[in-house]
Amino acid sequence: MSTPLLSFTNKGIYCAQADVFIDPWQPVHKALVTHAHSDHARMGSRKYLAHDQSKEVLKLRLGDDIQLQTVKYNQPLSINGVKISFHPAGHVPGSAQIRLEYKAQTWVVSGDYKLEDDGFTIPFEPVKCTHFVTESTFGLPVFNWRPQSEVIEGINRWWLANKAEGKTSLIAAYALGKAQRIIQALDHSIGPVFVHGAIHNVNEALHRNGIKQKPTTLVTPEIAKEAYKGALIIAPGSALGTSWTRRFQPFAIAQVSGWMNIRGIKKRRGSHQGFVLSDHADWKGLVQAVKWSQAENIYVTHGYKSVFSRWLREQGWNADEVETLYEGELSEGESGTQV
Amino acid sequence: MKEFAQLFLDLENTSSTNKKVELFRKYFSKSSDQDKLWALALFSHKRPKSIINTRQLREIVLGITGLEPWLFEESYSVVGDLAETLNLVLPSASRPVEQSLSYWIDFLVSTRPLEEADKKKKISEALDAMTKPERFVFLKLMTGGFRVGVSKTLVLKALGQYLEVDPATLAHRTMGNWSPDTTTFRELLMSTNQDEDLSKPYPFYLAYALEGSPQDLGMLQDWQVEWKWDGIRSQLIVREGRLALWSRGEELITDKFPEFEPLAFSMPSGTVIDGELLPVKDGKPLPFALLQKRIGRKNLTKRILNDVPASIRAYDLLEFDGKDLRRVPLSERRNILKGLVEEVGSTILQLSEEVRAEDWAALDKLQEGSRSKMAEGFMLKRKSSPYQSGRKKGDWWKWKIDPMTIDAVMVYAQKGHGKRADLYSDYTLAVWNEGELVPFAKAYSGLTDKELTEVSRFVRNNTREKFGPVRTVTPELVFEVAFEGIQLSTRHKSGVAVRFPRIHRWRKDKKAEEANSLTDLKDLLTQYGEQ
Repeated sequence: MSTPLLSFTNKGIYCAQADVFIDPWQPVHKALVTHAHSDHARMGSRKYLAHDQSKEVLKLRLGDDIQLQTVKYNQPLSINGVKISFHPAGHVPGSAQIRLEYKAQTWVVSGDYKLEDDGFTIPFEPVKCTHFVTESTFGLPVFNWRPQSEVIEGINRWWLANKAEGKTSLIAAYALGKAQRIIQALDHSIGPVFVHGAIHNVNEALHRNGIKQKPTTLVTPEIAKEAYKGALIIAPGSALGTSWTRRFQPFAIAQVSGWMNIRGIKKRRGSHQGFVLSDHADWKGLVQAVKWSQAENIYVTHGYKSVFSRWLREQGWNADEVETLYEGELSEGESGTQV
Repeated sequence: MKEFAQLFLDLENTSSTNKKVELFRKYFSKSSDQDKLWALALFSHKRPKSIINTRQLREIVLGITGLEPWLFEESYSVVGDLAETLNLVLPSASRPVEQSLSYWIDFLVSTRPLEEADKKKKISEALDAMTKPERFVFLKLMTGGFRVGVSKTLVLKALGQYLEVDPATLAHRTMGNWSPDTTTFRELLMSTNQDEDLSKPYPFYLAYALEGSPQDLGMLQDWQVEWKWDGIRSQLIVREGRLALWSRGEELITDKFPEFEPLAFSMPSGTVIDGELLPVKDGKPLPFALLQKRIGRKNLTKRILNDVPASIRAYDLLEFDGKDLRRVPLSERRNILKGLVEEVGSTILQLSEEVRAEDWAALDKLQEGSRSKMAEGFMLKRKSSPYQSGRKKGDWWKWKIDPMTIDAVMVYAQKGHGKRADLYSDYTLAVWNEGELVPFAKAYSGLTDKELTEVSRFVRNNTREKFGPVRTVTPELVFEVAFEGIQLSTRHKSGVAVRFPRIHRWRKDKKAEEANSLTDLKDLLTQYGEQ
């Protein structure tokens, strides 16, 4: 058997033939970045290669002066004989599965992904390979997502009910991905939609990247309190529970996350409304992606990796769990670092 | 069922007591009497008698889903609640039909006499006839544990508003052994003639832990001070020559303690005593663990009755001569109680002695002797206080001694259940012994969410080995572990077992080398050990 094209090192996933790392968590010479979330795109590397739509957000997060080259989906480039291409992962705008081909081996590092078309992010595309690296954030059969339309309908209804009670609706969501997905899907005829600065910055960056979004207003000190009555505010989880929210009183809070599927976790994050919506694949989605890849070798990273890899092995795959520092969808307390 | 399932969901989405009361009031106002009665029963921890065991229930769901048993168990260990896990893995119902809460309970009861195969078939069909929230309630009816941060007091408050009856009256009417099979909503709550149920206890008056310093309570003379005994808070009832013993958890435990039977004759009829049920031998309390062991026994042998004899330390008198004394001031109740206990003159019924001291400072000194008396500190009761119902602030306080503490090093970590399923919250802690770390306790984290997140990150980045869900971590983090008791143990590697270990705080200021040693732990054992 030939040497594996990729290896899992203490700096990240490494391709020796091309001398590139994928989503390294320590500074390296060349980093291929699946998407712009902070556990995948970290500071300090010399050169970055990412998808076009990640460009402005990466610059926002890693600095304007980074050496960044971007590519389109399905547009291969070659480094020392390794054919490298980016393919839609459906996770957040600009997110990619990175495909590396050399001789008889084709590897796909899928980063974070979801299969459902959220109407905003370019949807996931299956990529055939011999070695598939998959996340497992929600890799247990208790995670089964409902269609987005159903969840959004619930959010709209919650918003309407709050409005009827004279309350402002506050939604906690990731600044990149979840926030825009919700903004795009909401029924804006119910009332105005405001955003926290962290989300506003990402929206602006995506706008510079040519991604169209429904209009929202940035929350600023100049805005009169009355303007928020019956409105909906989207903010990162870290902003809730701070004095920033005082201007919205009285308000109701909702958490929007895959973890809301479990009552216990929902309770730990406070007695708020919870909506189950995630940018990660659910159990069936993970299984489907593995099947679509047609790979014989599966490497399971961040999440319930021991469970998911054991199950895959029992179904006949050659599956292994791999230690990485990716964090998947985090607890509310940690999401602040994602800003 | 739809309304009840919705009530359940809504209760979890609010932390406001007023809102919860309002939700219950609304539910009571629109549901049938039979549904109301069942709702009250379920929130008082009563449920239909066992329908099916959890093994059979798992088999039904695994049969429907085709899931591997180990995969289900892994999921269960993350979710932490069996009914919830079963509900989450099941596919959506193909033909939901709307039925009431009592309909589904009657349905479950009707399957009880069936053969296993028929029972499973009927239950699987039912699982396919409900929406997800309803199905959760349905599964909970079989697995038990309706815990949603709702106290019985809260439910009774709502019921009181709905029926326009004083909640304290309702509290009394809903005590004891009723079940929706043996009574109706009207009979239980609206009939004023409650005499038929002679065994009915009063709602217990419970104390909060003292928050500030006892000095803030005013003059010591106004307070009755007793040892806080570590047993089972109970009510001893004698009415018309018959004796009943109730635990605070509203369980009738008369049969478990035959030694009290003679009191049915020696105590006057119409007497209710509030006291602590304790294992006492030769006048000295035994460790609580022995009492627990005794309760767990199916057969009460002569030997166990002899080894762990029970007695009551009487705190209070709630009824005398058939009259409800709860509005009478404590000092007067106490006087009658004293006379009564003397008159009965039995070793198994003793007065819980009053502790006397010059002033609060002297009392504070005396409190240090708690452990050697097998007590957990003091109870402080205002002499003028009535006997209230439920947990109330103001007149009664628990003044507990500080727990014992040891600084220990985290050596293993495991993800939590339920609320903490995504975080490492269960730690095994070790102390030093001849240059090695010896584990001595497993404790659930009492850390803040922020600290938990931080420790979880440490665990992820410092894992040495994995054994199933358990990770061996680099021994670096030091935690202060608090516990209530310490005993010799042959089952633990360290040679000691501690009671109620929990993490008090994270000693970020300490390095692993600075943690306590096994010798320190053994010193505590010599000082305070339970035989």
